[in-house]
Amino acid sequence: MIVATGKSILKGIAIGKIKFLKKAQSEIVATASDPAVELERFASAKAQAVEQLQALYDKAVVEAGEDHAAIFEIHMMMLDDDDYLDSITEIINSQGKSAEYAVKTTGENFAETFASMDDEYMKARAADVKDISTRVVNILTGADTGVAEGDEPFIIVAEDLAPSETVQLDKSKLLGFVTHLGSTNSHTAILARNMNIPALIGTEISEDWDGKLAIIDGYNNCIYIEPTQDLLDTLDKKRIEDLKQRALLQELKKKPNITLDGTEINVYANIGNVSDTAMVLQNDAGGIGLFRSEFIYLHSETFPTEDEQFAIYKRVAEVMGGKKVIIRTLDIGADKQADYFNLPKEENPALGYRAIRICLQQHDIFKAQLRALLRAAAYGNISIMFPMIISVREVKDAKEVLEECRKELIAEGKEVGEVEIGIMIETPAAVMLAEELAEEVEFFSIGTNDLTQYTLAIDRQNPKLDPFYDPHHPAVLRMIEMTVKAAHKHDCWVGICGELGADTALTETFLRMGLDELSVNPGSVLTVRKTIRSLDLSK
Amino acid sequence: MKSFTYTITDPVGIHARPAGILVKAVKPFQSTCKITKGAKTVDLRKLMALMGMGVKCGDTVEVTIEGPDEDTAAATIEKFFKDNL
Repeated sequence: MIVATGKSILKGIAIGKIKFLKKAQSEIVATASDPAVELERFASAKAQAVEQLQALYDKAVVEAGEDHAAIFEIHMMMLDDDDYLDSITEIINSQGKSAEYAVKTTGENFAETFASMDDEYMKARAADVKDISTRVVNILTGADTGVAEGDEPFIIVAEDLAPSETVQLDKSKLLGFVTHLGSTNSHTAILARNMNIPALIGTEISEDWDGKLAIIDGYNNCIYIEPTQDLLDTLDKKRIEDLKQRALLQELKKKPNITLDGTEINVYANIGNVSDTAMVLQNDAGGIGLFRSEFIYLHSETFPTEDEQFAIYKRVAEVMGGKKVIIRTLDIGADKQADYFNLPKEENPALGYRAIRICLQQHDIFKAQLRALLRAAAYGNISIMFPMIISVREVKDAKEVLEECRKELIAEGKEVGEVEIGIMIETPAAVMLAEELAEEVEFFSIGTNDLTQYTLAIDRQNPKLDPFYDPHHPAVLRMIEMTVKAAHKHDCWVGICGELGADTALTETFLRMGLDELSVNPGSVLTVRKTIRSLDLSK
Repeated sequence: MKSFTYTITDPVGIHARPAGILVKAVKPFQSTCKITKGAKTVDLRKLMALMGMGVKCGDTVEVTIEGPDEDTAAATIEKFFKDNL
């Protein structure tokens, strides 16, 4: 048995086999001396890839039906495409290159062709070509991570997880994860909290763990590799107890978020994509307090079109059936990057070109989203929220663009709905200007993660700063209090959508400050409700 | 040589799945099967080239079949277009 320690993100136990996630794309050696050898290597890697795809297809047919499985069949056919094979053979034979280089280059060329087509659907096929090529390259270089495959649930162990990598993980199979890098506020940590699964960061990991049975003990900040039977039994008992505790929380469903002395507050949920709405409803949240629309952009290879976005927002609005859905406009930049934005590298990205700043400079991007939101608002209760605001001017400008979109849509004869407009309070500037800003909008939502980072001048992504980071720092709490006071003077309601919202140690403080809403990850809705119902503010 | 023209009625056009099935349907025949849209002609056995044509709903395509089994091939392929596209 090996024991490694780290910093625990969520108290809980996970038991399962480890999948060690290697960094995508190991170094590729481009040149090779013998084309015959390379052709042989390619043929055998291709056969192996087809085998993997066949297994995926068979499994998908059973689990999701033939329609969903078809993509794997297409992938197999693509691997057998004459032009694709000719190109690979050509590069190996005439350029003296290695099989992996030939596959990678061919994949990129074909993907390029698809990506340049003027049809959104076909553009998306570029990802399929890349996918099959990566599969073959990984087999050739031995870098096959196999994360997408396998039937058993697993624990992910990785150096670090980028947001783009986490979106690709099959979350239904994820038991927990352990990373070497990352801070308590990194995306890995946020993902763990959202999914309600144990995770350790800052752990000394080893590739040798791959495939071994392990236990993450979130209570004791450690992971046991190949645990003893005794330990396995003890911790499995603990895990089952946790599940029971969670079941108890379920009894709180349909009960109001009201304190013993009758103070009521809304508890909403934060989501990143359409499928999260299932968790929102399961946990009985009163609405969606934050839909991070940037995940639509991160999932995409090109700018998502108005129609694509419209379909997503409409779905969420409809699924929520009239409950409030607050959609935050694009918050790309800083640590969330999508290649096709072609954002230049910045010295100081957290203080850089991001969020509303991009939107107000690049109206075409902004308008596609606003038009989609206004159209979707005809199908449910949608509110629009602008991020990273530092001035009244920005809010006025954003509202002007929104109004322009509304006029255009009406002129085009399209149906639009009414929306409430709000802003994120996540910069000290916005707190200082809260009174003036409150006159412009109907609600505020305090993004405590960024507000803390900007108030304390502490980088969320730097694990070295964790010792200096105090999530309950009085300066931050005072910022929140100031915001609430200023907003209420102007009939503007205030919520919190950052991590602090789910911190039950602060629930009483927030209620006393007079916050109107807390938006938390779906898994925390009932825990927060439990705390609210146990408080008595009259004492 | 056999040929027919067809106007696509499927709202998504010849997207990946029908393209895949079409290529599969063509494979068993010995004849050369080609599809033309505008100035572009591709071999119906080549999935990625076919997808790369980006045939959409409302597009008119011409399919030509030439070879020893062109009669049966043409009939089968035309039926496939009518049934699926």
